[in-house]
Amino acid sequence: MTARVGPGVALAGSDRTPRGTVPRSVSTTNACRMCMPLGACLAYTGFEGAVPFLHGSQGCATYIRRYLISHFQEPMDIASSSVGEAATVFGGEENLRVGIANVTRVYQPQMIGVATTCLTETIGEDVRGMLLRIAGPDEPATSTDGGSADRAPDGPTTVRLVHASTPAYAGTQADGYQAAVAATVERLAEPGPRTEQVVLLPGIVSTADLRHLREIADGLGVQHSVLPDYSDRLDGAAATRYEMLPPGGATLAEVAASGSASAAITLGGLVTPGTRLAGEVLADSFGIAHHSLPLPIGIRLTDRFTEQLAELSGRPVPAWLAAERGRLVDAYVDGHKHVAERTAVVFGDEDLVLGLCVWLAEIGITPTVCATGGRSGRLAQEISRLAPELDGRVQVIDDGDLEMIEAAARQVAPDLLIGSSKGYPVARRLGVPLIRVGLPIHDRVGAQRVRHLGYRGAQELFDRVANALIERRQDSSPVGYAYM
Amino acid sequence: MVELLGTRERQVARSGAGRVELDCEKQSTSGSVSQRACTFCGSRVVLYPIADAVHLVHGPIGCAVYTWDIRGALSSGPELHRLSFSTDLRERHVVFGGERQLEESLLELIERHSPRAAFVYATCIVGVIGDDVDAVCRTVAERTGIPVIPVGSEGFRGSKKQGYDAACTALMSLIGTGDTTGTGRHSVNLLGDFNLAGEIWIIAEYLRRMGVEVVANLTGDGRVDDIRRAHGAALNLVQCSGSTTKLAKQMQASYGIPFQQVSYFGLDDMAAALYGIAEHFKDPAMLQRTRELVAEEIAAALPVVAECRASLEGKRAAIYVGGAFKAISLVKALRMLGVRSVLVGSQTGSAEDYAYLAGLCDPGTVIVDDSNPAELSGFLAEEKVDLFVGGVKERPLAYKLGVAFCDHNHERKIPLEGFVGMANFALEVRASVCSPVWQFAHRNRSTSISVPQEVVS
Repeated sequence: MTARVGPGVALAGSDRTPRGTVPRSVSTTNACRMCMPLGACLAYTGFEGAVPFLHGSQGCATYIRRYLISHFQEPMDIASSSVGEAATVFGGEENLRVGIANVTRVYQPQMIGVATTCLTETIGEDVRGMLLRIAGPDEPATSTDGGSADRAPDGPTTVRLVHASTPAYAGTQADGYQAAVAATVERLAEPGPRTEQVVLLPGIVSTADLRHLREIADGLGVQHSVLPDYSDRLDGAAATRYEMLPPGGATLAEVAASGSASAAITLGGLVTPGTRLAGEVLADSFGIAHHSLPLPIGIRLTDRFTEQLAELSGRPVPAWLAAERGRLVDAYVDGHKHVAERTAVVFGDEDLVLGLCVWLAEIGITPTVCATGGRSGRLAQEISRLAPELDGRVQVIDDGDLEMIEAAARQVAPDLLIGSSKGYPVARRLGVPLIRVGLPIHDRVGAQRVRHLGYRGAQELFDRVANALIERRQDSSPVGYAYM
Repeated sequence: MVELLGTRERQVARSGAGRVELDCEKQSTSGSVSQRACTFCGSRVVLYPIADAVHLVHGPIGCAVYTWDIRGALSSGPELHRLSFSTDLRERHVVFGGERQLEESLLELIERHSPRAAFVYATCIVGVIGDDVDAVCRTVAERTGIPVIPVGSEGFRGSKKQGYDAACTALMSLIGTGDTTGTGRHSVNLLGDFNLAGEIWIIAEYLRRMGVEVVANLTGDGRVDDIRRAHGAALNLVQCSGSTTKLAKQMQASYGIPFQQVSYFGLDDMAAALYGIAEHFKDPAMLQRTRELVAEEIAAALPVVAECRASLEGKRAAIYVGGAFKAISLVKALRMLGVRSVLVGSQTGSAEDYAYLAGLCDPGTVIVDDSNPAELSGFLAEEKVDLFVGGVKERPLAYKLGVAFCDHNHERKIPLEGFVGMANFALEVRASVCSPVWQFAHRNRSTSISVPQEVVS
């Protein structure tokens, strides 16, 4: 049970009085979220040969590129239809047509993932209709159609056009991400005789996480695809020549085959009501069994994931994974006194906050404030469901900004903050460590390598959290000490 | 050969074969993955360093998120500019209008932070849903007694340049509203310096030593009250020509203040800027002080420059920056380090800027307007570039190809302006170009970087 204690502020469990709630402002100061088009661009990047394309003014693409480049430290090309004043008044179809023709010519992509922006949604662009006219009703787009294009290419190139509706005012980066994955599956999945394939549909996670998910699925003998998978495209090797289309990504063949998969597993998937998930598309359109799990963070949530995979494959947990779990338990025991009865303020993407809070509870840290800029409205009840021991001990902030989060943090005086690098000013003012997780991490190297998922991810998070607390005590000790 | 989209063929040229006339200052080619941002970006970067104002982005959340503390513009006092304020428009505002949300947001933020002024940035959809931002600003200004200034920065209006213009218009509405009593005869405003890494403090210190008073910073470490009395200054110094030349011209027309275009990058340009100021004031004592200052500062910087040059001589550089004026200084600064610029481009240069650049650079240099990753990566390989000087979006292109990089944009943490800035620049460039990591990344390159080689016995 959760009790609403103010707009957007809920207390997990209803049996205790909240320690205090923070007032909600009219305006937003230091947002704790990003916009829908950013999520869509990230998702599209996870498909092989795909180029994200924003239908809107030039700035959206450039800002999002800059924001993601500062996190992933990788080239991040996002095309824009560069809608100007005239197109805003008379419609942007010509911009979209020329833009798609130009991207097709320069990049020779397999897929162009189109996402709308505030501007084109507000002027009421019928992008779906436009893309049909550009591509032809049933045929994939060819770049030969554009008389308005700069130059006709040498021959027709098959480009799949996908479209997601992603105005920033309707949701968060998580919504844009899920909408783009759902749109890609909806457009490209094909029916067929059932296969053994299991489709894994993670929310926004790191490139290290994506790789580790594959390892775990392989370990359990599950034939799988991960949609989307930007692990190689946004964490690539040093190149000998510049690749216009960075190699890697979920192949379009995998997307097509998702329509004949045996099961789909959504990992995370807390979204604003109204945002459709790819797993739901697969269930509704293809009758595929759809399982929904939280992100596998910590022992309890990873157990759920491995049990689900074991059930689907009929295979046991492999020895190496069982050993990892065993070592993690051992590490928890060895380090438990350093974290026991500590408190944390956790903030960020809803899927990540949920997983982290459930994990913190299992190591003895109370996430006294669990805050998100998301607005699924389900975070409090999910925390309560998955970590009932937290009932009455945590304040959940939905649709919050970092100013609210700081106010809440001041009331609870936490031992540490866990969230994106955007919380650094708050951590600095409060004088507590910030454990950087999720996206964005703009002020440290290695953002793409931060692992959150699986027993291995929990091990890394545990060490970082415990060491931050140990370091703080050591540094503040008048004599310093050489042993823990 | 780097292949160009047809509409872009007139935006790229090579120096040395007649006059370079680029077809620039136009909307980016759709689908070209321009490195440019939008009108909003132009306004935001110019105005945001004003540290004691509320900067409220009126629109959905993204525009505010991606410009939060974006440039690292430093303040010696208040730091309101480092907060990211947004009206955070939702679906209901798009349907019913956002004026009430704007008014309530302004009243709330002004009460909470007691700013000396508030700027309201219009984003794309504000222009479309038809909010009367001007009327809301007037109402709130009357109720709160502080200037509340609308900035017509809807993203679709054009490129960054239109945003610069909107920012200049906003600044002009503040200038002339303050008391200029006590402003000295040898006084200047600093236009187009945003105090990245504390750079404006270096310049202000030089001016103090020369005996020149700074009235207002526009806008690095800027203050509303200073800007209100900026019309009392005797001279305007315009550093980032793209963003604030228009303001200087408007101030000249309205208040008769002459202006000088200056650059604080590189020893030559820095010295020329200071001498220009001293000559303007026709004060022999000041000129003498300037000579001493320049001699002293150059003496301190030159050994560092010479030491770095020894390691950098003969390297080839690509420059791609926001404004062309900075590119000009960079060509000269790199030349001082023995580095030849083989590609020079900018997001917002004018035809005259590019013609000048073409004359300045060695023959055969690629001159490019509003480029993109496809072209830039092609030129990096084709021109065998050793060093890329650019911003965040260019960095991964360079690194992916094993090319050294110097951030000459938002993310620099070390001052590159002033004489000391030239020494810092030399050290920055050497630190990247001469790093031993390239031995692992440079496999395909014919020019080799001199790095300590492993001794093979």
